[in-house]
Amino acid sequence: MIEGALWRRWVFYNLPLTLFVFVLLFPFYWMIVTTFRPDGELYLPWNAPNYMPFWTNNPTLEHILYLFEETNFARWMFNTMFIALVSTVISLFCGVLAGYALARLNFPYAGGLGTAIFITYLVPQTLLFIPLAEIIRNFQLGDTPWSLILTYPTFLIPFCTWLMMGYFKAIPKELEECARIDGASRWKAMVYIIIPVAVPGILSSGIIAFTLSWNEFIYALVFLSSPDQKTVPVGVTSELIRGDVFFWGPLMAGALLGSIPVAIVYSFFVEHYVAGLTGSVKG
Amino acid sequence: MAEVSLHKLNKKFDTTHVVKDVDLQIRDKEFMVFVGPSGCGKTTTLRMIAGLEAITTGEIRIDDRVVNEVPPMDRDIAMVFQNYALYPHMSVASNLAFGLKMRKFEKAEIEKRINNAASILGIESLLQRKPRQLSGGQRQRVALGRAIVRDPKVFLFDEPLSNLDAKLRVQMRVELKKLHERLAVTSVYVTHDQVEAMTLGDRVVVMKDGLVQQVGEPLELYNTPANRFVAGFIGSPAMNFADVTLVENGGKPLAEAEGLRIGLPGELATRARAKTGHKATLGIRPEDIHIATAADAPEYCFEAAVEVVEQLGSEILLDMRVGPALMVASVEPTLRVRAHDKLKLALKPERLHLFDAETEAAI
Repeated sequence: MIEGALWRRWVFYNLPLTLFVFVLLFPFYWMIVTTFRPDGELYLPWNAPNYMPFWTNNPTLEHILYLFEETNFARWMFNTMFIALVSTVISLFCGVLAGYALARLNFPYAGGLGTAIFITYLVPQTLLFIPLAEIIRNFQLGDTPWSLILTYPTFLIPFCTWLMMGYFKAIPKELEECARIDGASRWKAMVYIIIPVAVPGILSSGIIAFTLSWNEFIYALVFLSSPDQKTVPVGVTSELIRGDVFFWGPLMAGALLGSIPVAIVYSFFVEHYVAGLTGSVKG
Repeated sequence: MAEVSLHKLNKKFDTTHVVKDVDLQIRDKEFMVFVGPSGCGKTTTLRMIAGLEAITTGEIRIDDRVVNEVPPMDRDIAMVFQNYALYPHMSVASNLAFGLKMRKFEKAEIEKRINNAASILGIESLLQRKPRQLSGGQRQRVALGRAIVRDPKVFLFDEPLSNLDAKLRVQMRVELKKLHERLAVTSVYVTHDQVEAMTLGDRVVVMKDGLVQQVGEPLELYNTPANRFVAGFIGSPAMNFADVTLVENGGKPLAEAEGLRIGLPGELATRARAKTGHKATLGIRPEDIHIATAADAPEYCFEAAVEVVEQLGSEILLDMRVGPALMVASVEPTLRVRAHDKLKLALKPERLHLFDAETEAAI
């Protein structure tokens, strides 16, 4: 907390915080307003006499109805959910095991291997999709959910591994040693002691992995082509921007509905999530 | 029922040799304490007994069974860790039960043992709590309880009291002692605190730089330290040392230094005679120095300038300068002394120690 005169608190705390929150939240506000604004208001020129960009007096659900009636939006939501869930589960499973191994099993070159795994995460997707497209084509996975379920882990596993490795390292070694003296094998010590203690860490990496795959754009754009197979980010942008015509209402409605599941996931696990990111193990 | 024996035990981490040729017989039901400064290899030795650290060379036996390659779970030992290592996601009862569940004990038996251990340690009311809801002393008890329920052959303690505050530490020390008397299980205890070592141990192993310096009963270490390190490590305040030269004056051996000329009595004289002309270290404990009276022979007296007076209530510690050496004396609390006073002090001749200046071994 900032101490001292009142003006100091305003200048160094309240004002910057307000500005920051405003910048973060304004796009969401814009998205919500646009979703419920009728087309007649949306496409007014800025100097029209009744131009009112930040509010609407005639809210409408027409854009949301349009999404569900005229596009495959429900299908896209299902696709995105399915792909994000499955690839998150795969990545978490591998990430937890690999993170544990790198943090706790003292095998030669563990440190180097850890760094190497992290480096793969740093290769930009915008380059990686080119060779991956070749592989997807060779395995004839193009235009199926599996093209994404199998490629998302290429960046999610390094990410989960790295996060879990840090988390496992923060758990006191003695816990595990004690369990092993108590009669648990290494595997049992991991299952009964280490993983339960690491739940906040596992949840955080799960949430981030889920969000990353939910929002992923490039792979989804490249590997999926038929409207039925698309995910929300790709479906919305490819079907609702036709040429240079932007269907702003349905676009924003799609963005709003698309961000709801992520928001629910975050708010549901927020306590664990914060504990996981700050690596606190209460003992 | 268990003896533990270490035979030519060595441990190397890469190039550092942390435990060197440790040979030790720990008897059945004995409370053996390893003590030494940090980095002396005592914890590593304990971890090798536990099976948490691989043995580089040598052999560990528990009851005639070589356990070098036996995993920790099969050694029938229990260990109490410095940070307690309680499982944070489990209640106290589940913490106690974990080891028994892993060993597939009957439910009724588990319950019986938990209740028994809880009543021994007075933690019955805490069984449903989580570790984070416990105070330091309570956590310590739970950690002990987790070891007790197992009814193992050997208890291993790795500095279990060092995370407690001073008052609680003294209290738990007494309880540990009582507990050992009651359970009579072979115990190995590691500490850096010589007071804990002296009060708890049936026997004490003093280690330094991976080497065993001396093994013996607490008073044996206190009265007849094998070398200068043990002499300085055991006892509080620490033993005074002065660099002296051994000389002979009219057939009587003397230890001589600037401001100090002390006669050597009886047997010590005989042993010192062989080293006449050599450098040595004279050792005398603070409690073996007193204000000189007419009854004290002049050859055991010396002059000292008081630098600091520490009033402890039960005694007074005088920090003094004797020639170039600094010494501490523990004197009666009734004495009136002030800093910068010059005093004539005497020492108890039978309590003198001499150490070789080079090997540091007792003469």
